[in-house]
Amino acid sequence: LVFTEEDKYGLYSNLLFKYFLAEGIVCGHDLFVASAKEHPDNILKELPAPLLDDTYRKELGDEAAAAKAEDFQDSMKIAWRYQNLPKMEASPTTHTKFGHYYDVSKKMSPELCQSIKWHSFYLHEELSFEPKMKTCNMNSGYARLLQSIQRIISQEGFDGSDPQKKQRNVLRIGIQSLGSVLWGDDVCCSEAPEDKHSLTKFLYVLRGLLRKSLSACIITVPAHLIQNKAIMERVTNLSDMVVGLESFIGSERETNPLYKDYHGLVHVHQIPRLNSLICDVSDTKDLAFRLKRKQFTIE
Amino acid sequence: QGKFTLLRDTRTDGSFLVHHFLSFYLRAGCKVCFVALLQSFSHYNIVAQKLGVSLAAAKERGQLVFLEGLKSCLDLLFGEEEQPGQPSPLQFLSTSDLRALFDFVCVSLTPASGDSWKSPVLLVDDLSVLLSLGAAPVAVLDFIHYCRMSVCCQLKGNVVVLVHSNEDSEDEENELVVNSLCHHSDLILWAEGLATGFCKDVHGQIKIIKRLSLRQAAEEDLVQVYQYKIQDRNVTFFARGLSAAVL
Repeated sequence: LVFTEEDKYGLYSNLLFKYFLAEGIVCGHDLFVASAKEHPDNILKELPAPLLDDTYRKELGDEAAAAKAEDFQDSMKIAWRYQNLPKMEASPTTHTKFGHYYDVSKKMSPELCQSIKWHSFYLHEELSFEPKMKTCNMNSGYARLLQSIQRIISQEGFDGSDPQKKQRNVLRIGIQSLGSVLWGDDVCCSEAPEDKHSLTKFLYVLRGLLRKSLSACIITVPAHLIQNKAIMERVTNLSDMVVGLESFIGSERETNPLYKDYHGLVHVHQIPRLNSLICDVSDTKDLAFRLKRKQFTIE
Repeated sequence: QGKFTLLRDTRTDGSFLVHHFLSFYLRAGCKVCFVALLQSFSHYNIVAQKLGVSLAAAKERGQLVFLEGLKSCLDLLFGEEEQPGQPSPLQFLSTSDLRALFDFVCVSLTPASGDSWKSPVLLVDDLSVLLSLGAAPVAVLDFIHYCRMSVCCQLKGNVVVLVHSNEDSEDEENELVVNSLCHHSDLILWAEGLATGFCKDVHGQIKIIKRLSLRQAAEEDLVQVYQYKIQDRNVTFFARGLSAAVL
């Protein structure tokens, strides 16, 4: 369960959200997209186009060559001991291929989008259906969403309930701007919301659904609007991975020369520790992102 | 025996302590009731196997009663109508009442005829989640109190509970529960992330507090501090500043 704290205007978190969905399509996974803000059909029309093998190698190869040329000139004088240690990979090489790369300036072709099975949940279209399950005093928008997810997981056999199905696939779930007023939750409106537990109950049940099926989920939340920090602490404990995006727009960091090449920071608050005592912590903790015309980079 | 141990974590994940106690008590031949609220059975099983214990086998022979919170919650919400005489232990999701959970614990740990297990153990991972699911802090404290009376006093067993606590936390309800439990614990194991941030060789520090002051008014609590590093099948402890990387 990947929980993303949105940047102030939701620009970059929306991009990350789309990357997650685009990767799902390219991998042939099924998608479930839920939103109270934008119709999922529209979200799916705006996904970035994948870079095909030869195109990306050339594009990124150019960048890598430029970076290497600069390195040659900088030799370290005082910190000589570190000279021979491998640098953190500035750009992906042909050896490390995990996932796919995308061109943000182009949209994914409708044919590619239609190549997988996708399900959508647009809150305003679902309001007429009464949730059949026990809602446990949860906000009805959340209850409906849970019911919809559970129905798809069960019907499409993501929980292994259909032994006949030989080809098992993954379901990628994306939920946009959870907790916002559009979902009927007042957790973003006041410090003492009337219903403190709907969001956390929702996450708990969702976690249960994810654990019982072949699915992964990304949620974006306008965390900067949630004034009750206790809720944010609880939400963090209920998630496997928590990432926050902080954009420099309108902040004093915008003019800080240290950040001149970047558009914002990536804060990794929590990483998953599943099925093991240890977890996979990377050596680098300070991450920043930038959005160029074609590429969104985190380094 | 008859002890209440509090596991606490701040700025880090203290679940390695839960895995330890689970395999420790099973290996010791105790009957264990594990209320696992946040992770699946297979998660604990995979780690337990690395520590030399099979949870599946323990369940099979009746030594381990495993409440998989996430699964029970799905059964409650999406499953068939429950029988009137058998409320789900996760009943509190709709009623905020923890009595059904307490009854579940009692039934699990009361020795059945033919049981030859050593003293019973209640293990909870983690208590802070109950607050997120609608239980009031006082209800959570009452639940623990009743569990202690039943498991520690009546059945002469042990109770081990994990709670999270954040530095400068704004979760007042959680802080209330944690502070209250600290006062009544016999032993506190407090795992803290390093103040200087993540380090590859030292994952954190653990404070072991033996609450001697509980038993004898004039006694002072005994506090020991170690640093630790978590590995795939093991956790190594060492005195502060003496990690293998430094020596």
